[in-house]
Order: sequence, then C-alpha cells, then structure tokens
Amino acid sequence: MEKTATSLPQKIWKLIKENPIVVLLVIACVIVGFTIDNFFSIRNFNSLISNTTVRFLIALGVSGCLITKGTDLSAGRAVGLCACLAGTLLQDPTYTGRMYNWPEVSLLVAFIIVVAVGALFGLINGLIISKLNVPPFIATLGTQTIIYGICLVFTDAQPVGKFKDSYKNFVNGTWFSVKGGFPGIPYLLAWAVIFGLFFWFLYNKTTHGKYMYAIGGNENAAEVSGVNTARTKIIIYVTAGMMYAIAGYLLAPKGGGANSGSGMGYELEAIAGCTIGGVSTTGGIGTVGGVLVGVLVFELLKIVLQFLDVNPYYNYIVQGLVIVTAVALDIRKYIAKK
Amino acid sequence: MSEYRLEMRGVCKSFPGVKALDHAQLHLRPGTVHALMGENGAGKSTLMKCMFGIYKMDEGEIIFEGQKVSIADPLEALKMGIAMVHQELQPIPARTVGENIFLGRYPMKKALGFIPIVDHKKMYEDTAALLKKVRMDFDPRQMLGELSVSQMQSVEIAKAVSANCKVLILDEPTSSLTQNEVEALFRIVDDLKREGVSIVYISHKMDEILRISDEVTIMRDGQYIGTWPAKELTTDSIITKMVGRELTNLFPQRENKPGEVVFRVEDFTSINPKSFRNVNFELRKGEILGVGGLVGAQRTELMEGLFGIRSHTTGRITYKGKEMRINRPKDAIDQGVAMLTEDRRATGILGVLSVADNISVASLKQYLDFHVCINDRKVEKLVQDNVAKMNIKTPSSKTQIKSLSGGNQQKVLIGRWLANDPDVLILDEPTRGIDVGAKYEIYCIIAELAKQGKSIIMISSEMSELIGMSDRVMVMCDGRVTGFIDGQDATQENIMELATQFA
Repeated sequence: MEKTATSLPQKIWKLIKENPIVVLLVIACVIVGFTIDNFFSIRNFNSLISNTTVRFLIALGVSGCLITKGTDLSAGRAVGLCACLAGTLLQDPTYTGRMYNWPEVSLLVAFIIVVAVGALFGLINGLIISKLNVPPFIATLGTQTIIYGICLVFTDAQPVGKFKDSYKNFVNGTWFSVKGGFPGIPYLLAWAVIFGLFFWFLYNKTTHGKYMYAIGGNENAAEVSGVNTARTKIIIYVTAGMMYAIAGYLLAPKGGGANSGSGMGYELEAIAGCTIGGVSTTGGIGTVGGVLVGVLVFELLKIVLQFLDVNPYYNYIVQGLVIVTAVALDIRKYIAKK
Repeated sequence: MSEYRLEMRGVCKSFPGVKALDHAQLHLRPGTVHALMGENGAGKSTLMKCMFGIYKMDEGEIIFEGQKVSIADPLEALKMGIAMVHQELQPIPARTVGENIFLGRYPMKKALGFIPIVDHKKMYEDTAALLKKVRMDFDPRQMLGELSVSQMQSVEIAKAVSANCKVLILDEPTSSLTQNEVEALFRIVDDLKREGVSIVYISHKMDEILRISDEVTIMRDGQYIGTWPAKELTTDSIITKMVGRELTNLFPQRENKPGEVVFRVEDFTSINPKSFRNVNFELRKGEILGVGGLVGAQRTELMEGLFGIRSHTTGRITYKGKEMRINRPKDAIDQGVAMLTEDRRATGILGVLSVADNISVASLKQYLDFHVCINDRKVEKLVQDNVAKMNIKTPSSKTQIKSLSGGNQQKVLIGRWLANDPDVLILDEPTRGIDVGAKYEIYCIIAELAKQGKSIIMISSEMSELIGMSDRVMVMCDGRVTGFIDGQDATQENIMELATQFA
C-alpha cells in the first residue's frame, strides 16, 4: 500500500513540501499584511476576487487544451475581441459617440451573442487542430493574430466605453453592501464559484472529462479504446472559446472600457497559472483546484508587489521568476520519484 | 586481479512503497555471457540501472576490476567501460547512423587552427569500421529512422562497442527480432565474448539463454537466488527457480468447444498495396484462432484493419450474417469487437492515468447516472472485480498504471476490453514481454473466455504459444493468408513452411 503520513505534523510537512510556492506566498501575505495597513481588508479582498475571477475563467478554458497536450495562444485576443463586442452591444443608447448604431439589446441577448462568437473561434481552433492536424501552438498562434486583426477592424482601433448602467451594475455590483461601511460581496465571486464547480464536474464526473485526460495520457491509446479524439478536442476548444467570451463580457465593464489592446497577454498568464497549479504540459494531469490555486498565486503576487510599492516595471521580472521557480519546484516532485 | 570483471554485492534499492532490490548480487567473469533471469518485477532491470548509474543504490557496493567504485551517472559508467543497450531503444531517427553512434562524444578538429568543429569525415570513417565489426554494412550517413528495429539495435550495439566497453548489458535484445536477426545478434555476441567483453544478457526466452549463456543468475522478488553454470540448467529448472514453485503445465487445459461460424472476413484488402490483401477467413463461436507468420507478414496490420485503426479498400466483415461497417476503432467497439494492441506503451496504456481510468475508458457509458454523471463506485467495482478475477497486483485503483509491471498492465488492458463484453476479441501478441508466471495466468484468462463462447483471434510470434493455445492456426506470409492448420496437427515445421511460402 502507498505510504500515508500518519501524524498531523507529518501531514503538514508533506503539504509544505508539495506546495512550496503556495507556502512562500502565504508567508509573504502574512508579512505584508502585518506590516502594511489595509492589506487584510474587505476592499482589497474584493479587488483580489474580481481580478482572479476573470483570470480563473480564462485559465479554466486553457486548462483543457493543456491537459490534452495542446495550448491556446488565441485566448487573450479572444477575450479582448469579446470585451469590445460586448461593450459595443451594451453601450449606453443615449450616448452620442456610440461605435455602431445597432438596436438596443438586453444583457442576456448580448451575452448569448458574445458567447456564440467565442464558441465560433473555439470551433475554428478545434477544426484546424483536429481535422487539419496543425500543432496547437501554431494553429492558435495563427488565430491569435487573425482575431486581433478582426478586433482592430471592428473597433477601428478606437476604445469602447460608456456602457449601460445595468451592464456595469451586473458585473461590478455587490451583495450586502452598506453605504460607508461593509463594501459587500462582489457578484463576480458567483461566476468563479459556478464555473469552478461546473468544470470540476466536467473534468471528474463526465465521459468528456475522462476522455480529455485519456487523450492527454496517450492519444493513440485513447483512439484505439474508442474515444472520438477529434470530437473531444473540438469540444475542448469550443468550451475554451466560450470561457474567453464570458471573461471578455465581464472584463469590459470591470475595467471601465475596452479596446483592441484588452486581454493582451492573458493567454500567457492563464498558461502560467495552470502550470503553477500543477497542470502538466506533457499532458494527462491537472485539476480545477490546482488551476484556481495557480491563478490565485499569480494575482496575490501582483497585489503583494503593489502593496510593497514595488516599481510596476519590476512586476514582470518578479512574475517571470515566480513562473520558472514554481514549475522547477513542482517538477522536483516527479523527478525525485525516479 | 580478482577472477571477476565486475561484482555487485548486497545491493538494496527502495522505491516509495516497494523494496525493488533486497541484497541482490551479481558476479561477472571476463569473456562470458551472463544471463540474468527472473520474472518481471524481480528487479533485473533495476539492478542493471544501478550498475549503469541511472539509479542510485540505497546500500551495497560495486567492485570493478578489483577496485571498489561508485557510479553516479551513465556517463561515468561509459567512461569505465560499462555500456547498456536498453529494452526500449532511444535513437534519434532524424539524424544519421554516425551521429547517433558518436552522440555526445563527436570527434573534433580545429577549423582555421582554433575553432573547434565536428570532424565529420573521421566520424563517418570510424562508423563504417564499427559497423563492419558488428557485421552490418549500411551507409553510416543513412538516417536512423530509415532502418528497421533490428538494424537500429545493431547501431546501439555498435555504439556500445565503440566505447571500448568491458561490460555490455543487453536488456531483452531479441524481443522484436526475427529468427535471422537473432542469429546475427548472436554472432556479434560471440565476437565480443572472444574479445574478452563480459556480457549481461536479460531475456525471457529460455532457448536463447541456454544456447548462448555461460552462467545464469536468477532473481526473485528483488533477491538473489543463485548463480549456476548454464550447462547444469534446463528450462524447467530455471522456471522452478524463477517462480519459486513447480510449474507443471505451460498451457492450461482448454475446455472450449468451437461452435458455429459467427465472424467472417471476405476479400479484405488494405489501401496500402504492400500490406494485407484478399484475406478470407472465418471464426467460430468459442474458438481460439492463432495467427502465425514471420515479422512483416502483415498480421498486425490485418487485425488493425479489421479493428478500424488502418484503412481498407475492399472487403466484407460479417458477424452472424450481419455486415459490419468499420472505419474507426469506435465502430468496431460499438459492434462488439475488441482489440488488445501489440505495443502496450504506444497504443495501450494511458501512462500517467490511474488503473481505474485505464480500465474504464472504453466502457465509461456503462457507469453513468442520469446519462451524464460517472458513478465512481461502479468504476471502483469494475476495478475490484478485475483485480480479484485476474489477480492484478496494484497498490490501489488510483495508482498510475505506468508503475505496474508489464503483466499487470496487460491484465488491466484485458479488463478494459472485457468490460464491454465483446463477442470477438483480437489479441495481438498478448504475452509479449511478460514473465512466465503472468503468461500462464493470461493463457488461463484466454481459455476461460473461449469457454464462455467468445471468439478469439490471437496473433503470436511464439511457436509454442501458437501451437499450445490455438484451436486452429491461420498462417500469413507477405500480406496473404497462406493456409490454415488444425490446432492438434500444428507443428513448428508446417507453420514455418506456410510462413515462408513467398519468401
């Protein structure tokens, strides 16, 4: 039988050993929290939740691609295009500088349109990858560029702003807020919880999820076992596209506006988050919980740096170091077992 | 100078949860072939990996030419003159033969007197000389990927020879070779022996061992059982020592009664003109049809064609008179056909996934609640049923399948197919690379399935297995079926005659 830690201290030590980057970050948070005011505040917590939610949704989409040994570089640009599209559909109708004079649509209709567009780009990715057999890295590198181009044409490189109040409130609103007191719980938290649970179910309880892991484990063996690998991969990329669309829908009012630069580089953050969270780039391994931890680590890191008053230019250097360190430490777990 | 070239004493090595080696030892004389035998999981490969510096020993010592040494990594082993040809070859197909041989130690020269560059001329000349030494005469500049598996193996051996090795480890070198290629390998081994090289030879094939080895060391469960001169051993005595008990029968008593014809293949032809063509055969209910032939006879290709892994141009497959349309494995599975593929690693196991995931992947639809939600308890029951029925040794259902031994992996894969309750079961080399004890268990499983009325097609390159297990043997040569022989009439000779009809 496998050895299991027996006493509580042993269990804690095992936890620390297996998640060193998380432990380091918790220590950093505690130090920052006790030396700098307002770190442990609801307001800061809320800003963490809002930032994490959008990244988490994107990372959930990318995780399926990574688990099947693929990747999706078009994620960030798809988020950007969907943010611009959602923003355009839901601009304040009384605003004279509207981008297009489209008829007014409801929040739900706009949501459906945006998600459909995201699904369409996902479908294109999936078809290129599983029917034309183009490696995912190259396929999505191509679609990334195409989507950015479409976004530039669509927005004419102009920012999209002045959204309907109902849209802004739907995304930025909170429950239980008290004027001048408790800032409330952001609606965005619900999105993270719902999709987190949905993906957990999808990955652990459905044939689709099992097939996804099987393809990542050994695509040929999966095909021989009767898995329709082409169809499964297409579904994965379509689902991913829908997740980017939802993230884009939420991103526009969260940032107060959208433009062709929105979402740039998000795909790399999402891939980094997944990898930090233990999604294996060699396929077949990865959990929703891991993805959440990975994304949280990244967002917490950003906030810690902000509170420490680090020159923002240094942020990227630190983030890059964290990616490399996290994965290097994580890989130790597997190497040591040899 | 001691009488041994190399000694390993009291070697212990543990992996999480398993003691792989428990005071194992090995005493290797110069200029001999030393067979290392034991069931899979007995620790042969682990011991060799300790010698070659891939694993670090927990305890024990290595004495090389009378000196106590420590070997930290393969590079150090190579420098001392220890070379290893791995069970799974790891060549670089897109590079030339010469580059593969001299990888990591290219002959260098100075361009313009000071810029170090690779001396390609010398490298290819040396390669040509080496290839001659191992009795191979292909172009050193040929891409490795263009060679056959046996030729690649010769390149590996040439590589070992080029390092001027004093100890050469051959880990299951003949598992994918034809008889002629095996003979060629043995000639090389003899040459090396004459030059004083000590050869460690790991194999499951008794006849080979008894033929070429001078001494035999037997291991069981990570422990050293003993070393004997090969002359004093017989197949039976080796097996008894390996499994620690008497194995009276190599094959189980079969009680299956072939019934009416159920599965019929007519005029089945590949899209590849060099592959199988105009194949006709029928299969009875509860029958075991052995498929014999030499490597390259397209037996695997034919079966993969029937299963939808490969494409066909013409042909009709019927089951109980009903035509089956099969264009991909899923079609075959949906119509009650299952296939255990030849290469476990490439098309069988999902390495990093659990035993439970591996065993359930082809039949997931059966474990759904409300058509969507997989019921983990049903999957667990499937695992436990199979573990009990087939004696699968696994720490738990969550263990990664790649950490199991070959025999246990194979049983999990058989379990994967049986979960679908197929009517026709195609088994492609079901016991390849599996030790004697597990082999017998797999034969029992096959016999039991036939008794239950399943129709079984079994490709095998082992004559004894083909003769011992088949109700009928179908022989192929060069993509065509050359004949059928009844199981009780089958002999090595009449099978070989059909197998070489066009050769």
